[in-house]
Amino acid sequence: MELLGRRDLWWRRLIVAIPYLWLFVFFALPFLIILKISLADPIMARPPFSETVSADNFIFLLNDKLYAITYLRSIVLAAAATVLCLLLGFPMAYGIARSTPAVRSFLLLLIVLPFWISFLLRVYAWMGLLNNYGVVNNLLIWLGVIDQPLQIMYTDFAIFLGLTYSYLPFMILPLYATLERMDLDLVDAALDLGASRTAAFWDITWPLARPGVVAGCLLVFIPAMGEYVIPYLLGGPEAMMIGRVLFDEFYFNRDWPLASAVAIMLLVILVVPIVFLQRNQAREAESAA
Amino acid sequence: MSQPDPSFIRLQGISKHFGDFVAVDNVDLDIGRGELFSILGGSGCGKTTLLRMLAGFETPTAGRIEIDGVDVTTVPPYERPVNMMFQSYAVFPHMSVEKNIAYGLRKERAPAAQIAKRVDEMLELVQLADFRRRKPVQLSGGQQQRVALARALIKRPKVLLLDEPLAALDKKLREHTQFELMNIQDELGITFVVVTHDQEEAMTLSSRIAVMHKGRFLQVGKPKEIYEYPCNRFVADFIGTINTFEGTVTAVDDDGIAIESTDAGTSITALGQHDVAVGKPACIAVRPEKVFIGRDEPSDSSDIRMRGVVDDLAYLGNLSLYRVRLASGKIILVSQQNRQRSAERYVEWEDEIWVSWRPRSSIVLVEDR
Repeated sequence: MELLGRRDLWWRRLIVAIPYLWLFVFFALPFLIILKISLADPIMARPPFSETVSADNFIFLLNDKLYAITYLRSIVLAAAATVLCLLLGFPMAYGIARSTPAVRSFLLLLIVLPFWISFLLRVYAWMGLLNNYGVVNNLLIWLGVIDQPLQIMYTDFAIFLGLTYSYLPFMILPLYATLERMDLDLVDAALDLGASRTAAFWDITWPLARPGVVAGCLLVFIPAMGEYVIPYLLGGPEAMMIGRVLFDEFYFNRDWPLASAVAIMLLVILVVPIVFLQRNQAREAESAA
Repeated sequence: MSQPDPSFIRLQGISKHFGDFVAVDNVDLDIGRGELFSILGGSGCGKTTLLRMLAGFETPTAGRIEIDGVDVTTVPPYERPVNMMFQSYAVFPHMSVEKNIAYGLRKERAPAAQIAKRVDEMLELVQLADFRRRKPVQLSGGQQQRVALARALIKRPKVLLLDEPLAALDKKLREHTQFELMNIQDELGITFVVVTHDQEEAMTLSSRIAVMHKGRFLQVGKPKEIYEYPCNRFVADFIGTINTFEGTVTAVDDDGIAIESTDAGTSITALGQHDVAVGKPACIAVRPEKVFIGRDEPSDSSDIRMRGVVDDLAYLGNLSLYRVRLASGKIILVSQQNRQRSAERYVEWEDEIWVSWRPRSSIVLVEDR
């Protein structure tokens, strides 16, 4: 490859180096610092961790059931919210992708409109909806469905609703992007060849929408897993999610090493399935090429 | 093989409205068994809507569709004995060539052995046996089209619908595919209905053509009839090129008519009976290849004759095209076959020449209705 001069090659390397440098400074370096802190002991000093190296924090995490339960609850809640987001988001994304261009841009605007308002305020608004004298309970009592207010606020269900509401747009947008690109003739062709509408959906639409489904699920599941604000505001005092544990360990207990260990564990739990999914997709892409 | 059946596909009073827009306007049509029928028209003329109604993707606003004696007007696409080859080919990108082709039979829950046998037959038919395990992205446009064709044929439909089958192919491949389609149609005896905007495609492929404009059929007939006897100005203009002369009718009798044309500066005659009256405006047209061009005055006085100057000429090898300026300033097109090889071209730029044609080549055009 003598086509590229030395200077071009250097330029190329420089351009490729910029994102790597960025990732190194703002991801790898902080990650290594956190990893180092997670291996230290908490001490009353500034900074509040020792220079020692031990796996004590991880052993503690693995032996204390409370942490295991909290991780599990986070996974279950995040997964449930992801599933509901997919069930709600798929038909919405499909509808938007199939509407006329003018209607489409209006609907897309509606999807992103909530971002104009602070995330914190929107979660606060859910408190007003869900509490014992909130809109939902008042409406149900007024309709005569219930006599006594339901305890929705400060339950896992409230967290689940909050997560679903907050992350729905992150499901809809990647799904919309894949569905919008899909050739409508493909579904017609399946119908023409004898597939019912349901069969055509599972044979054609669903497999072709899969990259969007995967992207949407990751975009919802990962941040939902580490969510701190929603369980803090909508969940009960004992309804812990791992993001809240992380914050409490760090901020109230000032146990930086343990908090770091919690963060590392969270990363491991998230990274393993993602790597698995990506390898799967890469293999599929390879077999297609 | 199949019995002749002139109304194998029967459309009666078919209309399709989208809101206020009338896409197809009260169309009647009979297509015979085993025909290769083309619906020809510009974009937005309603031809694709008509095809989609035959496939079952759209339901007519009014009218009735029968295929092989069965009313299918409201039958969904997956229950019709009709398959379609889409303009975009619509080959399933996530399935291999053989899976694409097998799809129709799979949905029918045909036995695996039968599916395998028919897929092999189809791969043979479209010459893609070596590509059976490939994914569509690894195929050229022409190969993808053959996959689409095989996929549409595997269920042995009574009718195959083809939406602009040659539009996306380059010129060489078009000619090849055109004859391939005709051979397959001949071999399988399936009725083909082709939608196209390309008059050349329609002319070469079809046994009959319907020229469609603004949701209606202007003329239905054999390619030759439509070319030689267009029923109105739109059809004449849409199919091939034509020279038109406006004028006033000066004589009408059983054998023909004559008009006095200011365009031509002379009288033009046409044979046959026509619905025109003396003193009324009329239009006579002639195809470029029916016009003779020469230096000398044509001897036959019954010919239509005019003087002109060669404004432009193009030598195309087999043909020469001339643009001739008449005394009135009107430009007419003349094409002539180059039957003999000669050292010098007979007619040159700026030559004063005669153009002439026989009265039986004149076409009388009525206004669009």
